[in-house]
Amino acid sequence: MQISRRQLDKTTILDLSGDIDLANSPAVRKALLKELRDNRTPRVVMNLSNVRYIDSSGVASLVEGLKAARDVGSRFILFGLSTSAREVLQLSRLLKIFEVYDNEEQALAA
Amino acid sequence: MTPLRRRSKAGGEIEIHMKILHGTRRSKPKGRNGDLSRGLLLKLELPSDPSLLCAVRGAVERLTESFGFSAPDCRAVTRAVDEALTNIIRHSYNGRPDRPIEMLFRSVHDAATPKASEGLEILLCDRGPSIKRAQLCMRELEEVRPGGLGLHFIQQSMDIVEYKRANGTNRLRLVKYVRAPKQGVNS
Repeated sequence: MQISRRQLDKTTILDLSGDIDLANSPAVRKALLKELRDNRTPRVVMNLSNVRYIDSSGVASLVEGLKAARDVGSRFILFGLSTSAREVLQLSRLLKIFEVYDNEEQALAA
Repeated sequence: MTPLRRRSKAGGEIEIHMKILHGTRRSKPKGRNGDLSRGLLLKLELPSDPSLLCAVRGAVERLTESFGFSAPDCRAVTRAVDEALTNIIRHSYNGRPDRPIEMLFRSVHDAATPKASEGLEILLCDRGPSIKRAQLCMRELEEVRPGGLGLHFIQQSMDIVEYKRANGTNRLRLVKYVRAPKQGVNS
């Protein structure tokens, strides 16, 4: 799992690659909460285009990020979900809770 | 059994023991209470190290593809196995990365149906403490909060989910039929 960060004005884009499972969901959670709670970034966009698999611990990290965003008045946006990632959010009935877009252009325009 | 060696995150070397049994598929599917070797397709022995989950998912994806499951069912079985292993690592072994886990993958038939359905049975065995019934309860999905989703994913992905404790071993039995209606959770 690799996490890199891009800054575009008041938006931070987190580019993730690899699977998000028990081994690395803590790193995802840490990066997300640092952006939202510590840096108070107004809009955090997570690029999941290169993430093939997300498990329940990964979903939990995303939910924590969403809650942190709501707490500090930021937006947390996802884009580029794989079929598998979309399925787990559907199974957990969370797909409609998140702001989800197909690609970066749409996510940034939202 | 062939050991697959790789580096763990902690820097140590870890092994997955993998035994692939060609030619056994569809030849001698085991009965419900038959011996453990009948219909055996694959056996994995691995330590409870989260960095190995990726390797197990890869093996399960290939096995389910070759078994003839549809793409959504391949993803479902892989997800269920991954979540079951995650539960063992987190709850049975409290995150210790060096405890033993054994997995058996077998071909089975549902004899209860007039036209027997072929299925994949997965047994996950660990030596942790007995699982309390309360730990097998799922939370409401209406709650938007982190955690507690793993059992939902397993239940929604598999046709049969059974838990048993015997001789100091927790045994989780998962079955997915190639085409079958859903059943409930039994423990």
